[in-house]
Amino acid sequence: MADSHVTTYGLAHHFDDIEQQREAGTLGMWAFLITEILFFGGMFMAYVLYRTKDPDAFASASAHLNWKLGAANTAVLIISSLTMALAVYYSQTGDRKMLMLFLVLTMILGATFLGVKAYEYNDKWVHHLVPGFGFQWEGHGDPQHVQMFYFIYFMMTGIHALHMIIGLGIMTVILTMAKRGRFTPEYHSPVEISGLYWHFVDIVWIFLFPLLYLLGAHIHNQ
Amino acid sequence: MSEHVVSRKIYFLIFGALMVLTGVTVWVANFNLPGPLNAIVALSIAILKATLVVLYFMHVRYSSKLTWVFVAAGIIWLIILFAFTLSDYLTRGWVPIASG
Repeated sequence: MADSHVTTYGLAHHFDDIEQQREAGTLGMWAFLITEILFFGGMFMAYVLYRTKDPDAFASASAHLNWKLGAANTAVLIISSLTMALAVYYSQTGDRKMLMLFLVLTMILGATFLGVKAYEYNDKWVHHLVPGFGFQWEGHGDPQHVQMFYFIYFMMTGIHALHMIIGLGIMTVILTMAKRGRFTPEYHSPVEISGLYWHFVDIVWIFLFPLLYLLGAHIHNQ
Repeated sequence: MSEHVVSRKIYFLIFGALMVLTGVTVWVANFNLPGPLNAIVALSIAILKATLVVLYFMHVRYSSKLTWVFVAAGIIWLIILFAFTLSDYLTRGWVPIASG
């Protein structure tokens, strides 16, 4: 046994077997995601505090966001999570073509999300709703508190969008690796772990959408 | 313990549930519910959706106990962040402080 140097494909020498390596990778990603949970948690905390301070101004500010675009983007991200999950599935079954197809679909959906986001940012810019850049508010609610809502809106969606951009970069790397045939049914941890990141970014949006967009939705019906 | 391959059927079911829940949260937001109910309903749906994503899309349901511990640690620290901060902000003014 001593000189049976049968190397398993993709196995780094400091792991006993591929299973241990996969487990270590998953745990490492989750350790990173915990720091991400707390990173976004701090911003959600700020949102909660300022919203408690002046709920009316927040609802009124939120009513100006386009909830239809927000809902559409939520759907786009959920579909992208499905395509990501399917990409992981095809990496497990060893279907390289389907893996690449679903990675590309995931990236297209991610880019679509960013496109809609850019359109929304432009709309806020045109309506003088970017804090610090000639912010103007004639609607209902204390302008100072409305500006705080928009500050939090841009901060949270901006950091989220940055995560999406990084996600697209990661998917580009994974796609290249898949194209070169680097993954096998035994070794596909990079796909799985990148998927964890992608789903996490989706989860952040699942919370951002109702908190930012739907808060003032009932005002439209009054 | 080898890797658990989640079937495509489960992925599509979870996807359907997530889309339906998104529809529900948009629909409910159109009503002006009394008190904090709007926020409570919206957050409950968001937490349910996040749980589905974590358990199925992120495979935590089929993962090792140690992965569960990691995930739980993240959630517990988040709760500490919220609970301790709010226990300060929300209770200000409850106790009258003698002015010097």
